[in-house]
Amino acid sequence: MAERIRLEGVGKSFAGRRVLDAVDLSVAAHEVVCLIGASGSGKSTLLRCINRLVEADEGRILLDGEPVDGPAFGRTGLQRRIGIVFQSYNLFPHMTVLGNVTLAPRRVHGVPRAEAEATAHRLLAEFGMAEFAGSYPERLSGGQQQRVAIVRALATGPDVLLLDEVTAALDPELIGEVLRIVRGLKDAGMTMVVVTHEMGFARDVADRVCFLDAGRIVESGPPAALFGAPEHPRTRRFLQRIMDAGRL
Amino acid sequence: MSLRPDADAGGAPARRPLPPRRRRGGWRAAVVPGVISLASLAAVFGALGWWIGSAEQWPRIRLQFFNLEAMQASFPRVLQGFWVSMRIWVTALVFIALWALVLAVLRSLRAPWFLPFRLMVVIYIDIFRGIPALLLVLLFGFGIPALNLPGLPNSGLFWGTVAMVVCYSAYVAEIYRSGIDAVHEGQWAAAKALGLSEWQTMLYAILPQALRNVLPALMNIVVALQKDVALLSVIGVRDAVREAQIYTAQTFNYSSLIVAAGLFMLATIPMARLADWVTRADRARRLQGAG
Ligand SMILES: Nc1ncnc2c1ncn2[C@@H]1O[C@H](COP(=O)(O)OP(=O)(O)OP(=O)(O)O)[C@@H](O)[C@H]1O
Ligand SMILES: [Mg+2]
Repeated sequence: MAERIRLEGVGKSFAGRRVLDAVDLSVAAHEVVCLIGASGSGKSTLLRCINRLVEADEGRILLDGEPVDGPAFGRTGLQRRIGIVFQSYNLFPHMTVLGNVTLAPRRVHGVPRAEAEATAHRLLAEFGMAEFAGSYPERLSGGQQQRVAIVRALATGPDVLLLDEVTAALDPELIGEVLRIVRGLKDAGMTMVVVTHEMGFARDVADRVCFLDAGRIVESGPPAALFGAPEHPRTRRFLQRIMDAGRL
Repeated sequence: MSLRPDADAGGAPARRPLPPRRRRGGWRAAVVPGVISLASLAAVFGALGWWIGSAEQWPRIRLQFFNLEAMQASFPRVLQGFWVSMRIWVTALVFIALWALVLAVLRSLRAPWFLPFRLMVVIYIDIFRGIPALLLVLLFGFGIPALNLPGLPNSGLFWGTVAMVVCYSAYVAEIYRSGIDAVHEGQWAAAKALGLSEWQTMLYAILPQALRNVLPALMNIVVALQKDVALLSVIGVRDAVREAQIYTAQTFNYSSLIVAAGLFMLATIPMARLADWVTRADRARRLQGAG
């Protein structure tokens, strides 16, 4: 399969503290890669480097062979190709669901209003949110808000999706509905990099799991191998802790 | 056998009159606090009135400050001045709101090439928050017209208003900025991830929330400015205060000042109530949002 995303020796420091250290990662088209690791290990930072929410200090990040900070993508091309969904939804509270979903297509990519809204309605319907197009985010449940955030990320038609602990802020009974959607996106062929604490979900859905520790990918492999027979002692310790907490 | 309430209900028909009794209780509950409030009002203000009235000089003061005839005589001129005050108020408001917004946005944009602007705004705010408004009005009102700047009006009205705008915009810019800073970091990230430029992020994502955040604080500024425009009287602008003073100087009667005070009160009290209402509505909205 064609390589979609490639990270070569990516490093990032915040105020002199190394948060990412020479990270190499390759994600094929339609592949789902899950990033796991302790809090503070740099998972979010790694994800945010890919769509340039955070600028890497070192190394190269390529999308389809082109540097993400190169001229190939212009100012907004990268954002069109890569969508991101956050743990805390980050919907715009002063806009309706429809306003949230059509903002980028209309204001960034110049899609005419009628067309942008038609796309939005179609996507909202697809994710069971058709009736909430006119609602404000605060009226929705956490799961519904996260679905809107996913629709917003999909509205510009990206082929890569970055998910940063998208279920971590949800009540347990709402986690399932969002995970089902992520599984559906995988089946539809979306390339995804997923930061998650849901080990069961990672085992189910991931093509590959990467374990991040102190800004380095210390181990990666198919979920069966990584969860079944972790090689690195740090991976083992991390998984042991998760298991003790009853989350695997 | 049990502890029946009718044992101490007082009288045979105790079963039935329960509703009337309750109604009487309700009537009392409604009226008694009202009566107490009224009595206490009357007592406090009565005592105050008696105390002032017993002052040796009260009859003279009453003639000089609360002379109905003088009030009537000065009213048209003071009202005319008041109309000038209110026009200054509205004009200044518009320019303060806009100019402060420009300052706050310049200060809040993060791209490196905005650094010189950020610096300039910081200096501007430091300078003009540090100078008393009255001094600014005097400096602008007397100083700049003396320069005879080509192409600009020389009136105290113009430069006094500019002084108010310059001074107040420094405060209001800080209010705006606190509202911008209060918008969650995730909103910036979300907007940037969607491809919005920094300027678009500000316009579509941040400012609407920021303005909503600071609306109560802004309303209070609006009320404060409504009174502070009286400062322009010191540079000869013929506003309500100035007109009242002119009348005072001509007749040696101060009742016109009371007229001016009354007019300002008439204008600010509804504004203050509106500000309270906005604050309450805002708090209700926040509670609802949190709940
Ligand atoms: N903008 C920033 N400025 C300074 N330090 C930061 C910034 N963003 C992240 N960090 C630091 O970098 C480290 C890695 O953060 P990151 O958010 O990538 O971790 P994470 O693996 O996603 O953790 P979590 O599971 O808690 O989300 C943390 O110590 C964090 O404090
Ligand atoms: Mg994180």
